[in-house]
Parts: sequence; C-alpha cells; structure tokens
Amino acid sequence: MALNWLRRGALFLGALLFLFPFYYMLVGSLQKDPDTSLAGAFPTGGFTLDNYRDIDGRIDLVRSLLNSGIFTAGVLLGTLVFGVLAGYALARLNFRGQGALFATMLLVLIVPFQLLIIPIYVMIVRTYGLADSYLGMIVPFAINSTAVFIFRQFFLALPEELFAAARLDGASEIRILWSVALPLARPALLTATLLTFIGPWNEFLWPFLVTKDAGMQPLAVSLANYISSQAGRAANPFGSILAGAVVLAIPAVALFVAFQKHFTTSDLGSGVKG
Amino acid sequence: MTTRTETEQPSAPPSAPARSRSRLAALLGRQPVGILFAAPYAVFLAAIFAYPLGLAVWISFHDYFFAAPGAEVERPFVGLENYRSVLSDPDVRQSFVNVAEFLVINVPLTVILALLLATALNRAVRGLTFLRVAYYVPYVTASVALVSVWLFLFSKTGMVNQVLGPLAPDPSWLINSTLAMPVIALFVTWKQLGFSVLLYLAALQNVPKELHESAEVDGAGRFGAFWNVTVPGVRPATTLVVILATITGANLFTEPYLLTSGGGPNGASASPVLVMYQRGIEQGNPDVASAIGVLLVIGVLVISLVNRRILERD
Repeated sequence: MALNWLRRGALFLGALLFLFPFYYMLVGSLQKDPDTSLAGAFPTGGFTLDNYRDIDGRIDLVRSLLNSGIFTAGVLLGTLVFGVLAGYALARLNFRGQGALFATMLLVLIVPFQLLIIPIYVMIVRTYGLADSYLGMIVPFAINSTAVFIFRQFFLALPEELFAAARLDGASEIRILWSVALPLARPALLTATLLTFIGPWNEFLWPFLVTKDAGMQPLAVSLANYISSQAGRAANPFGSILAGAVVLAIPAVALFVAFQKHFTTSDLGSGVKG
Repeated sequence: MTTRTETEQPSAPPSAPARSRSRLAALLGRQPVGILFAAPYAVFLAAIFAYPLGLAVWISFHDYFFAAPGAEVERPFVGLENYRSVLSDPDVRQSFVNVAEFLVINVPLTVILALLLATALNRAVRGLTFLRVAYYVPYVTASVALVSVWLFLFSKTGMVNQVLGPLAPDPSWLINSTLAMPVIALFVTWKQLGFSVLLYLAALQNVPKELHESAEVDGAGRFGAFWNVTVPGVRPATTLVVILATITGANLFTEPYLLTSGGGPNGASASPVLVMYQRGIEQGNPDVASAIGVLLVIGVLVISLVNRRILERD
C-alpha cells in the first residue's frame, strides 16, 4: 500500500517536472522583466501583454500562423485523401507491386527525411524553382507514411466477412472504402490526423530551407530566425521569444488535449504488434 | 471494376472468360483497382524518396555545384573524392562522435524511464488523463517552441544556474563544450519520452498477467518479476524504441542549430545533419553534403538491422 502511494507520488512529481517548462513558458511570456530566481517562477504581479505586441511587431504573427496553417492543411489533405486510399489498398486489396510498395513504405519510416534534404533541395528549389511557394513546402510532406501505416494496420484488423459481403453485393471498392471501412476507421483517422498535424506544424528544417521571403515563412521558421538573429536587440528578448513560443505551441497542445483520448495504446498498438 | 468479384473465388469453374480473367489476375493481382488506389502514394514515394536517394548517391560521386535552373554545366565524375574529403573532415568526425555521445545518454535514459513510467501508468487509474497529457505533451509540441524555454532556463543567468548558485557550471551549460551535447540529449529525451511510453504501454498489453503473478508467487519478488517477465515481454518495443532513438540522433538539427547556436561551442554539439546543412547549403558544396547523407542512410540502416538481430534473437 505504501509502495502504491510512493509510486503515485513519484508519477505526479515527474508529471509536474515534465510540465514545468510549459508553465514557465507561459509565465515568462507574461512578465515585463524576467526574474530568473526560483521565486520569480511564481510571480504575483507585473503581468503584461507587451511581449506579444513586441513579437508581433517583429514577425507578423498572423501572417506566420496563416503560412503554418496552409502548410499543415495541404499535408493533411494529401494524407487523408491519398494516404487513406493507399492504406486501404495495402490492407485489403491484392494487386501487383503491393509487396514492393509496402517494403518501400517501411524503408521510408526508417530513413529520416532529413538525410535526403540535399537532393530534395536540389530538385525542388533548384530544378523546379519552387522556393518561397506553398507547393514547394508541402510536396516533400504531402503523404505522411506513418499515417499510411496506421491506416493499413487499422483496415487490416477489420473482419474479412465485412468486405466479402459488400463485394458479393456488387459494391465497388471505392464504395466499400467510403461506406464500410471509413465509418469504422474513425479512431484511426483521428490518431493519424493528430500525428500528421504535428509534423508540418512543428517542422523547422525544410520550410527553413525553402522560404527566404519572410512573408512565406511558417511560424516555426520566423520564430527561429528571430531567436537566432534579432532577439538580442529587443528590450526583453526572452519575453518576446517566449510569447512567440506560446503562440506556436498552443494549436498543437490544444488539439492534443482535446483529442488525447484517441492518442492511445489501442490505436497505435496495432502498429506496434505489426 | 465492379463485376469481377465473385469469379475471383479460387473455386470458380474454369470457363473461358474466367481463365482470361485469371490470367489478368496473375498479371495485375486479384483487385487491379488497388494499383489505382495506391498510385498517388507510389508516385509520391518514387519522387520524394527513391529518386532523391538515387540523386544523393549520384551527386556524391560527382563534382556537383549549384547552378541557375536550366543552365547546362559540366559535373565530372570524381569517384570517391567526396567521401575521402568527408571522412578526413574534422568537423564531420566531430559530429559523428557527438551523435555517439547523444545516443549513449539518450538511449539508456529513454529505455529505463519509459519502461518504468509505462509500468506505473499501466496500473495507476486515478488521474490517468492528467498523467498521460503531462508525459505526452512535449512530444506534440514544436522543438522551436520548447527550445525557447530551455534557452531561458539554461542561459547564464537563467533559473537553473540561479538554483545551483555556486555550483553553476562555468562556462554556462549551452556554451560549455563538455555540457552542450548532454543538455541536447536531455532535451530530446524529455521531448520524445512520451512516444516511447506509448509504445511500451502497447507492448505491456501483450505480457500475460498470469505470467507476472506466477513469477511473484514463485518468490521472484516484484523486481524479479519485472526483470524476468516484463523486460523480456516488451522486447519488441525496446527494439523499436532503440531504432527510433537512433533515427532521432541521425536527424538532429533544430536543437544544435538553435539551442547551442549552430552546434557550438566550436562544433562540440554539432550534429551530422547540421554539418550537412553548413557544407551543402551555406557553403555551396552539395556533393560533399550528399556524401554525408549517404553515409548516414547506410549507418541508420545498418544500426536498425543490428538492433533487430541483437534485441530480437531468442
């Protein structure tokens, strides 16, 4: 019993430690002057929104958020349309090249995108001239392979009789996918959407390489550029950086908290069991 | 597209149209429409993975430089020249040593903490939602946002040093050549731990409870049961966690770029991808950078295979 309480205590303490940087981010973004002492982490007054005004004056927050949104929406659209189709085909259809496609998908999951950044940069920026465009930003991420994998695992776990019956009724595959498989796949769709969302929303390296024009940069890029080049000149550099960080973090965190029920063992579990 | 269904049953009588259909099936598969469904993804993988992989290898064997789009330029074959210059480049060597240091800290820490947390979370019921959110939320948050807070926390006059007082390291964490890489490893462990916990939680569902109970009855004790039943039971998840950590290590860019302002001090926290970026994009040597990329791809594949062999042999 005592051990139980000890374990629970340790779990909650660890959780508070994990959350502390988030809390500190928020508090720091609302303070006029940074107080870095331990007591300064629990201020009683001196709250201000100046830091948000400051960061908005240096990087256009609305414009950056819009760019992040378009980048993310493009990737989500590609993944939910073409990724679902591919996942369904890999799980429930028998066609030539299926094995090769599945093997390539697994390889993509192992070889990080970052390692191919030079040839992809050469192709997209140099050969096709897609620098400073949404298309250039979206294309390398257009279909999230992890999401395809989740879709495949989920469709694979559905009972075969369901599909056999629909096929006997003469339903086309697209119809079976739309009215039989997809309605059952809602948990997998939510999990995959959440995972796909955090990819482009949080991505730094690729949009950093393709966008030189500040008006095209997603928030992660414009904030990073602000941190590495001009923050030193601000009156309260950390305050403005943290304000930008809060704005960048909130959409992903809010989405996760709202849908955290779906970000669970059972949805991803099928993926681990392979 | 819609009429082929019944005749596909292997037991269908071999009438003439059925035979021609089965020949078609042998050529295209039983549901050729699958080719149509999978085509966009296949084209995507070909264009964004297979072709760039080939292009990386090609560039790494040539004297390649950036030219204006459409310009016809000579790019002579140089054999292993780029690989020679990569392997003799002290910055590249340093970055590989740094990744090794990163893995030595990150992998054991992740495996131990994630397994302990998952075992504990597997039993705790009250407050589970709060605990789950707390441990997963760094995983879903942008590195750039989280790096901002760590910059603040670990700066010279930051809270960590304030709390440590006279024990604060000099030079401070992020500009200290011994401590910069460990801080990055710690940051990434914190950020990614939630995902490993998730993988272990999934794996724990597969460890039969009875096995655990009988081990405890046999007098193995709690620790014995954990060591002899749980740890081997979640081995596939451990393989995955180790492979993911390797991939993350090979991937590192944002943290050394921002947290230690460009892999500083003096390259002490530079990662291979950061050096690849500096050589390829900043200094305009895509050939050398591609050679680094090809070496990393080979490295990741080899380590993944070795991990599977070692951790999955029984």
